[in-house]
Amino acid sequence: MKKIFLLGWKDLVLAFRDRAGLILMLVAPFALTLGLGFVTGGFTQSNSTGLSSVPVALVNLDEGELGKGLVDLFSSKELAGLVEPESFTDLAAARQLVDEDAIAAAVIIPSGFSASVIPDSSGGVSDPISIELYTSPSRPNSAGIVQSIVTRYLNRVEMGRIGGQVTVGQLVASGRIQPQQAAEVGAEIGKKQAENEEAFTSIRLKGEEGEAAPQFNILAYMAPGMALMFLMFTVSNGGRTLLVEKTQGTLPRLLVAPITSGQVLLGKMFGIFFTGSAQVLILILASSIIFSLKWGNPLAVLLLVLAAVTGAVGWGMLLTALVKTSGQASSIGLAVMLTFGILGGSFFDITMMPRWMQAASRITPNSWGIDGFTVLAAGGGVAAILPDIAGLLVMGSALFAISLVLFKRRGVLQG
Amino acid sequence: MAAILEVQQLVKKYGEKTAVNGISFEIQESEIFSLLGPNGAGKTTTISVLSTLLSPTSGDAVIGGHSVTKEPMAVRKLIGVVPQDIALYEELTARENLSFWGQMYNLSGKELNTRIDQVLEQVGLSSHAKERIRTFSGGMKRRVNIGVGLLHKPRLLFMDEPTVGIDPQSRRAILDSVKELNRNGMTVLYTTHYMEEAQELSHRVGIIDHGDLIALGTQAELTRQVGEYESLQLELGEMDDAAGLAETLRKVEGVAQATVVDHNVILVTTSTEKVLAPAVSCATERNIKIHSVTIQEPNLEAVFLHLTGRALRD
Repeated sequence: MKKIFLLGWKDLVLAFRDRAGLILMLVAPFALTLGLGFVTGGFTQSNSTGLSSVPVALVNLDEGELGKGLVDLFSSKELAGLVEPESFTDLAAARQLVDEDAIAAAVIIPSGFSASVIPDSSGGVSDPISIELYTSPSRPNSAGIVQSIVTRYLNRVEMGRIGGQVTVGQLVASGRIQPQQAAEVGAEIGKKQAENEEAFTSIRLKGEEGEAAPQFNILAYMAPGMALMFLMFTVSNGGRTLLVEKTQGTLPRLLVAPITSGQVLLGKMFGIFFTGSAQVLILILASSIIFSLKWGNPLAVLLLVLAAVTGAVGWGMLLTALVKTSGQASSIGLAVMLTFGILGGSFFDITMMPRWMQAASRITPNSWGIDGFTVLAAGGGVAAILPDIAGLLVMGSALFAISLVLFKRRGVLQG
Repeated sequence: MAAILEVQQLVKKYGEKTAVNGISFEIQESEIFSLLGPNGAGKTTTISVLSTLLSPTSGDAVIGGHSVTKEPMAVRKLIGVVPQDIALYEELTARENLSFWGQMYNLSGKELNTRIDQVLEQVGLSSHAKERIRTFSGGMKRRVNIGVGLLHKPRLLFMDEPTVGIDPQSRRAILDSVKELNRNGMTVLYTTHYMEEAQELSHRVGIIDHGDLIALGTQAELTRQVGEYESLQLELGEMDDAAGLAETLRKVEGVAQATVVDHNVILVTTSTEKVLAPAVSCATERNIKIHSVTIQEPNLEAVFLHLTGRALRD
């Protein structure tokens, strides 16, 4: 294991000593982010990005306060730049609009939802009822934002319910209220908790309480898009170094040292992984400082970065296994980087593109990664990006397995 | 002395092409053994198989009691390899390169640092330890390249044409260091197409051509194969018809062989005195000016000429 780590560390050091490589790894993503920001008006508070004004249908069939609270949240000024809610009474009509891809999602609050959470006068609640989220598969980014908002609201409701129960229990035990008042007091506490503005700070896009609600910052979309696109450059270039080492003689020299060819391959993979992770994390840190971008929950961001790099490394290894020379790896790697950048949504919101293109975009780490970063920027946590992480890890593992077979078949790790 | 390397009927084929054709030889402990042959003779392929980089098509070799085909990992711990090309990381310093490769050979901690210092001293680059390889001259790179092969004190060192493409001063330093290593007990398998290097360094020489080991022995044993033959080298002008002259001289009495190397006609003869006059005469008849004449005692070049009819540099 030590030798594998050493091989990886050596590649990381070499990558960061290559000035030309550094320009493409770190400078180019920044320059493009800035350039695209100017072009698309990201610095003039324009709403041109497809991620603002996410159209969402609200079907509130609930008679209680909680349903109304969720509708009010979607209509709040804090989310005005991000979502564009419209209330519906006809469930089928809302679903049809989603099916037709006219809107990103329909939030259906069933009848009796409040009653299933807030105790009635007898202290009882009805059977659990779930809020239904009906989303368009062709708008994963937008759907992720809506899901994130609803999830945060439900979490808050649940916290309020539990808090209410505990509080009421203590009030009854201390004799401050009579048992028959418990249901009424509990309902009031739950309602206040659910309506508590402080509960939704994490889904604000920018600024602190008391400031004017900001518009959605296009850089929050462009920066991860560019970072992921140039991550593809890093991984394809990292894979290329395997072929370069073969030509330059360091690979054959490794293969006559007391180390297995499998260890050498894993070492190279670790090197690409370290380099890619370092690149994206540096870009995130720098954009946080320079552009004041809010990437979201740091743990979730880190997990998503590692997963995105895993998916990208899979592509890098596959590319290396398919080409014959380092020159081919360079040119094909560049083509893949640009194709994945366009297809995966690094330049524009992929939901604006035809359905077949949206489906095809899922083969790119860019698409999954941008989904995840968008959800995190909108306040989502680890749970909200688990599908993206899983998708990226499956992609990376599958591609690495295929690469291994190809490496073996083509005898890349032989003199 | 015990044999540290036993090569048994080693064959390596690439498709239809046979690169190594059933060669067998042994190398004794503390011996410098040279494989001498022209480019493409099979020297590098032989070293690649012996160092476990390539699998042989058939046959085997045993190094320190371990088969290269069955126990490659055990073999790799015993050997050091100095490849023909500079196999170093250009953007790492000399010390970083040695540290990386030392760890690949299971060195660590104080032992690693001590060995790096010793090797840098040995190759005369202690004062350049912190400089990147990219900034080194070809000769300096060659010396680090050799240093990597020495780090873990291998029992058997493979050196594959380590002096190709370097200046005479660096070449001299490398040859001296090989002799010094051998004086300290290291066994060396040295490949070259320079007859002079094989003559200067080797206890025994194997001459390889087209994948066949065509001669094997000490220099004295090999030159005896040539018998009474000497070689007479005629240096001609660039535009002169060396091939035509060689063709004519083959018919001269006493000339065993006549070959062309660059602008030289090399004659293998039993009597240089007897052949010199007709040779000059033939050249004059063809309006060819002889720039210089060199008479050489029997050597490995003559042996190769005698065995193959070609010069080593053909």
